[in-house]
Amino acid sequence: MTRHPVIRKAFFALALPLLLLTAWWVATANSTSFFWPPLSEILATFPETWFNGRMVQDVLPSLARLGVGFALAFVVGIAGGTIIGLFPLLRALTEPVMEFFRALPPPVLVPVIALFTGYTGSVGKVVTIALGCLWPLLLNTVEGVRGLEPVLIDTARSYRLSLWRRMLYVVLPGASPRMATGARQALSIGVILMVISELFGANRGLGAAIVQFQRSFAVPEMWTGIILLGLIGVLLSVTFQFFEKRVLAWYVGQRDIERGA
Amino acid sequence: MPMKTARLADEATETATLTAETKAALDVRSVQKTYEGQGRTVEAIRELTFEVGPGQLVCIVGPSGAGKTTLLRCMAGLLELSGGEVVLDGRPVTGPPDGMAVVFQEYGRSLFPWMTVRQNIELPLKEKGLGKAARREAVDAALAAVGLLESADAHPWQLSGGMQQRVAIARAVAYEPSVLLMDEPFAAVDAQTRAELEDLVRSLWKRLGVTVIFVTHDIDEAVYLGERVLVLSNRPTVLLEDVAVDLPPERDQLSTRSAPRFGELRGHVYELVQAAKLGQRPGGDVEEP
Repeated sequence: MTRHPVIRKAFFALALPLLLLTAWWVATANSTSFFWPPLSEILATFPETWFNGRMVQDVLPSLARLGVGFALAFVVGIAGGTIIGLFPLLRALTEPVMEFFRALPPPVLVPVIALFTGYTGSVGKVVTIALGCLWPLLLNTVEGVRGLEPVLIDTARSYRLSLWRRMLYVVLPGASPRMATGARQALSIGVILMVISELFGANRGLGAAIVQFQRSFAVPEMWTGIILLGLIGVLLSVTFQFFEKRVLAWYVGQRDIERGA
Repeated sequence: MPMKTARLADEATETATLTAETKAALDVRSVQKTYEGQGRTVEAIRELTFEVGPGQLVCIVGPSGAGKTTLLRCMAGLLELSGGEVVLDGRPVTGPPDGMAVVFQEYGRSLFPWMTVRQNIELPLKEKGLGKAARREAVDAALAAVGLLESADAHPWQLSGGMQQRVAIARAVAYEPSVLLMDEPFAAVDAQTRAELEDLVRSLWKRLGVTVIFVTHDIDEAVYLGERVLVLSNRPTVLLEDVAVDLPPERDQLSTRSAPRFGELRGHVYELVQAAKLGQRPGGDVEEP
């Protein structure tokens, strides 16, 4: 095998997906089952299914709702988590409530939220996504702020750093690794909720489209939807890692040195 | 901000009454510290009174658990006193005071890992309101003084332990404090680096005329560095003896440490610390630990 690092990396990233696709291709090549159409047929259906307007009418609105919901949760989670993390009294007060809401599986909120915001509009779906994303962000931020190195806090105090400098240069960067953990969890919950929020009373959207294909027995189209969803997941994860690597370069570097790597 | 002005006014009147009676840079008056928590009270410091003159280098030693770090945190305004007061340049310390810098023992954890060396040193200067050019100059001068100019753009965790502690010292020096507190700063570095850093502290102290209070558990280090060594008793802490170090001001690792007077002083402080461990109190009475 080649020693070139980029090619090596690409090989490891793509080997298993290619293997799985090949297996799928071979296993379904002569399939006559209605529910397991050949992969070749599914791939052939892909362009006509998604590139004739569905991208704009279904996929983009879903992603937009995910983006808005996630952004709301990000802002509220980090602001709220920082404040709660800084004040032990506030934490003691809010902890039981937060644990209660975190224990609720987010999908059960869908019908409840729909009662207040209506079944068909975007608002209910955005609220669902935002609420689901909020808890991992909030709780991880609280932990991140609480776990700040006490010597750093003493250092900031002894140099008399003002409140906003302490926030900007000490608290937020110090808690950022935990915030990133929360954001990663929130993103995967957000994708799930993006789909689930469309299963009830929506006629447009990626999730709604998959359900409609399934109900109208458009099986190859349904499979293309599932593949598209998976691809979106991969794309989001890669984008997230890209930003994480830049913002948390110091954290990764320090951790590697501490591990003796 | 009515609260702040009230406090400032308060400090102003205090200053007026205090400056008349003291010229010490740091005045520790009947300081007491008792920790209370979960139905248990621990008397850490019973009563400590001493003065440190401007520009002095004073070392504080004591057996482990003698409340050295507690005392330092009290002086730094990081810990509330249970009694007495600490007065810095005529102003009572009620929180981290202006004009004081602290170098902590845990060098690796007192530097901000998300900032470069330069940014670490620069941050307190930003708070002081220095302009960009002035900051750059101050950081460069401080880094040159500790011999780390070429590491300005590295992150602290990319440096060795001794280098990290030098960054912490550079940060304190760049801040231009009137009093520099050091809490066992070299406890976690190897012996060779330690000797280098000791000489660095001596030379910076001489050059800058800053008052230095250096807490250590190392008797040799205390005698080698200090003009005075304050020996603390075990808990609850009182001052056991204030030892004047009458060694020549020019010190170096080889000749100073092999001088007969160094040996005598070292022996004397060693005996005091041993006695302190056994519960010796000033005045000769022994209290069960």
